[in-house]
Amino acid sequence: MDSGNKGAAAGRPVLEAPDIARVLTRIAHEIVERAKGADDVVLLGIPTRGVHLAERLAAKLGEITGRPVPHGSLDITMYRDDLRLGPARTLGHTEIPGDGVDGRLVVLVDDVLFSGRTIRAALDALGDIGRPRAVQLAVLVDRGHRELPIRADYVGKNLPTSLRETVKVRLIEEDGRDGVLLGAAAAAGDPSAAEDAETVRSAPSAPGRAER
Amino acid sequence: MKRHLISAADLTRDDAVLILDTAEEMARVADRPIKKLPTLRGRTVVNLFFEDSTRTRISFEAAAKRLSADVINFSAKGSSVSKGESLKDTALTLEAMGADAVVIRHPGSGAPHRLATSGWIGGSVVNAGDGTHEHPTQALLDAFTIRRRLSGGEGDLAGRRITIVGDVLHSRVARSNVYLLSTLGAEVTLVAPPTLVPVGVGAWPCEVSYDLDSVVAKSDAVMMLRVQRERMNAAFFPTEREYSRRYGLDGQRMARMPEHAVVMHPGPMNRGMEITAEVADSPRCTAVEQVANGVSIRMAVLYLLLGGAEPAVSGSLPPEAASSAPGTAARTEENE
Repeated sequence: MDSGNKGAAAGRPVLEAPDIARVLTRIAHEIVERAKGADDVVLLGIPTRGVHLAERLAAKLGEITGRPVPHGSLDITMYRDDLRLGPARTLGHTEIPGDGVDGRLVVLVDDVLFSGRTIRAALDALGDIGRPRAVQLAVLVDRGHRELPIRADYVGKNLPTSLRETVKVRLIEEDGRDGVLLGAAAAAGDPSAAEDAETVRSAPSAPGRAER
Repeated sequence: MKRHLISAADLTRDDAVLILDTAEEMARVADRPIKKLPTLRGRTVVNLFFEDSTRTRISFEAAAKRLSADVINFSAKGSSVSKGESLKDTALTLEAMGADAVVIRHPGSGAPHRLATSGWIGGSVVNAGDGTHEHPTQALLDAFTIRRRLSGGEGDLAGRRITIVGDVLHSRVARSNVYLLSTLGAEVTLVAPPTLVPVGVGAWPCEVSYDLDSVVAKSDAVMMLRVQRERMNAAFFPTEREYSRRYGLDGQRMARMPEHAVVMHPGPMNRGMEITAEVADSPRCTAVEQVANGVSIRMAVLYLLLGGAEPAVSGSLPPEAASSAPGTAARTEENE
């Protein structure tokens, strides 16, 4: 799901750079375990940040298995169900690894799992590209509030949130630093939102930490 | 992007680069087993062709179908237009059928502009060639082809030297290309016999030369235009042989071009007139590539015009388009 938030101030960090590295290492091991060696795994990231996460996961899988793991990107813009709710969106990049996805285990990678609509679109997009043996989903953060019957196979961190809050994933490749920030949305000052934010405090927070 | 695509001059550099980047992604769909995207499902695109066309009509049809739009093809031959129906009544009929976009080709310069600004229809209007005025999607696919061949498929065309040769007077392709390529930062030179250079060319963002040999040697792309005999009502040059000797492209002239330079032709080609078979069939000629790129460009244009929200107010242009409209009208009159 799109993690972009509009005009929200700096959020409270819930995952720092070393946490993200550890989480990705764990997910990589889980993939190898579940796929019994990850022989036929193809990692497809959903632009923008999912692509970088897929790259990092592929590197970790490569270290574990000693073989290069094919990875690429899958743009879902043309398959979105909310295209007509806004102006035409700029397309992302789709890059399917050379051997394709037919008969392979595709692991979709995204930064935040929210309503599940992005993943629904990704499954449709994947269906037009080939017929994988199975499709699994890895996300860095699962913030709940699903609107479709979709769940993740590998979750970096479960982050119960209120709908008013925003979850912002930052990655070095895009934003210059790693971190997951939880912030109150533009409609801040709402006490109930602040309360919810308190209840999910799970990482040492640094209040007032300057945002780049 | 605006709601209509009438003139290449309405596009900013960012608009144009966005269309080219979008087309680059659309081109990848052609390599897939399922060459179809669900994006425009339930939208209706009408191809309204008052003039003969092979490439453009098929290309728009393929583009709309790859985006899952419903396509209605309308050609003036065999329709009520041959019984004398006006453009207005035809447009009202299409509006009653619920067309979301009308792709129009018309022999009258300015017909798409009239269709877009008259309030007859609520959908988007895409100019697929009007008289001797403009053909913006052709210019976009030419820019796309040049960008792919010379700039690695990224960014704009800053500093590229592009030469457009031949019947500039009757060419809507030349006009659209001059505006678009200069917007993208290229240096455009027109080469034509003085009789085939339009009046008022001094106001165009380009150079004019009458000597092809001196220009080809420093061109990154040479675009040959078709001699449009069907639009010629006077003797513009003494003989075909003299024309092809001075302004045609043969193997010898092509050999003087820089090694990386490409030869382009919007088609249909008059082999032996503006281009020899030797040049047309050489790997440096991009004519067939241009046709393939045309589908990608038209997919990008249809997606950017129709893919987003419904137009808020039907029949109205955004302020920037409205302000450029008088200029378009003036150019149109000038060229009719």
